[in-house]
Amino acid sequence: MKSAGGHSAPPAAEEAGYRVNIIVCVKQIPDPETPAASFKVDEAAKKVIPAQGIAPVVNPYDPQATEAALRLKEASGSGKVTVISLGPDTARDAIKHALAMGADEGVLLNDPAFGDIDNFQTANALAKAIEKLGGADLVLMGRASADWDMGVVPTGVGQLLNIPVVTVAKAIETSGAGLKVERVLDDGFQSVEVSLPAVVSVSNEFGEPRYPQLRQIMMAAKKTVQVWSAADLGLGADEVGAANRAMPLEALYVPKVESNVEIIEGDTPEEKAAVLAQKLRAAKLV
Amino acid sequence: MAGILVVAEAAADGVSASSLELLGAAQQLSSQGGGAVSAFVAGQGGAQALLQHGASTVYVGTNAALASGMAEVLQPAVQAAIEQSGADIVLLAQSSLGRDLAPALAFANKTGAAMDCVELKINGGRLRATRAAFGGNARAEHTWTAPLQIVTVKGKSFDAPEAGAGGGETKTIDAAGAARINVLGISKAETTGIKLEDAAVVVSGGRGLGDADAFKMLEDLAATMKVAAVGASRAACDLGWYPPSQQVGLTGKTVSPNLYIAVAISGASQHMAGMAGSKNIVAINKDADSNMVKVSKFAIIDDYKKVVPALIEEIKKLG
Repeated sequence: MKSAGGHSAPPAAEEAGYRVNIIVCVKQIPDPETPAASFKVDEAAKKVIPAQGIAPVVNPYDPQATEAALRLKEASGSGKVTVISLGPDTARDAIKHALAMGADEGVLLNDPAFGDIDNFQTANALAKAIEKLGGADLVLMGRASADWDMGVVPTGVGQLLNIPVVTVAKAIETSGAGLKVERVLDDGFQSVEVSLPAVVSVSNEFGEPRYPQLRQIMMAAKKTVQVWSAADLGLGADEVGAANRAMPLEALYVPKVESNVEIIEGDTPEEKAAVLAQKLRAAKLV
Repeated sequence: MAGILVVAEAAADGVSASSLELLGAAQQLSSQGGGAVSAFVAGQGGAQALLQHGASTVYVGTNAALASGMAEVLQPAVQAAIEQSGADIVLLAQSSLGRDLAPALAFANKTGAAMDCVELKINGGRLRATRAAFGGNARAEHTWTAPLQIVTVKGKSFDAPEAGAGGGETKTIDAAGAARINVLGISKAETTGIKLEDAAVVVSGGRGLGDADAFKMLEDLAATMKVAAVGASRAACDLGWYPPSQQVGLTGKTVSPNLYIAVAISGASQHMAGMAGSKNIVAINKDADSNMVKVSKFAIIDDYKKVVPALIEEIKKLG
């Protein structure tokens, strides 16, 4: 089996058994359960102002990608799961979460120049990191990050590494030398087969990820997390940063919600329900 | 050279509804100076509908391999259509195909793809695209420094143009990409009753319901309206009160019904992301200050356990 982008990739399929080398990309994002009232934007900087007292979280799709990696590693009997995150210092927590779930090593891609990049640059940095790690049999990611919700980075990484990309997976199993993947489509499901190396993005339909236990969290603290800068990835100043974006962000704002709500009056819940039913009928809604 | 290329998707009776909406978006951009409107579709079956709905040139992908519908196979054919048409704006639907094909085209052309856009306009000869971010809490506007501007368009954001005589021309493209992904089969999602995304009315419940049994009450309310489906917030699904297939929100389904009745849902961005496009929202909630109440047309501030059964009876009375 070939490895993506690697020159010194480990031999993945061995006579004795299936050894699998998996890289999982995770992201730390503002908590999507943040109440709307606590969500604020610095319009001049075009950035979200972190909500007071609400810690950032691992992107909700990413633990499912990590879970998929761990299940494939366990099924193979041997292998390695490396977790990569591009983000600020605090993104180390997203890596630690994956390590506590059972991933083996982590890499934090951290550089001030990464602060204002677009999805092309993100995918490029991840692809460079995957190459620097010697490639992988399989790259797993969440189907999208719930902050910007574009869902394009898996495709970008696949394209940059020139390997196939299977998106929105709800089930993944090994099949011969490759994988059989069940995808979620708009109106159903699609079953596909792909040889490795490949990128697979994992959807929420994949199922519950394991929850790290205290002992695993403590063990994760001892696992290695390397930190690589843009220069470590061989990325020049003309390749990263706001000035080099193919698709700049021109404005970020909280849309004005004009509340025009009509609170239904009434002495009892039953009376209110009757008034609502009449209003809904008048508006031809029921 | 300016121009707009719509990447349409074939359907049994021509092209998909979202493909026609893309032509509506394209016409709007064209009228603002975006250039001529052309379209690409795999197979001859969709060409006529595209011409009738305003495409001046339709590029028909004729390679039999395109039938797999996979982005990696379609990509070289669409790339050829971009180059032949000279389009600098490419519009795709936010569909299973568009989600894969838009970024693939973008990365191959060293540009960006703005996904799931709700507004598009031409500003100084270039595209400006608006999309929701942070679960609908924010709006983001993008432009491009790279020549090619690629977007996917959120469903129901634009109206399909009226059908006309359709005097344009068709050209064929034979290109197809190698299939590295082998399609084994496709199955339709199991639906009992009305599909959540298609329902004219959606009744949804959240954590505030307190228990799984309350969903029975919401199902009864939905049943009185015949065109209604029942949804749930992520919190309610995480608690195991309702199947994850019925989850409305960022990590669930996106719905835009004519009427959305939110019962005991506060309205975190996670949920709003999936239903903010609803035409009319009704909130039944104990908290008058909740986000859901603010965005509603009508709200009842009371205990849903008393309101919902009464509402069921009242709607039955209306007949």
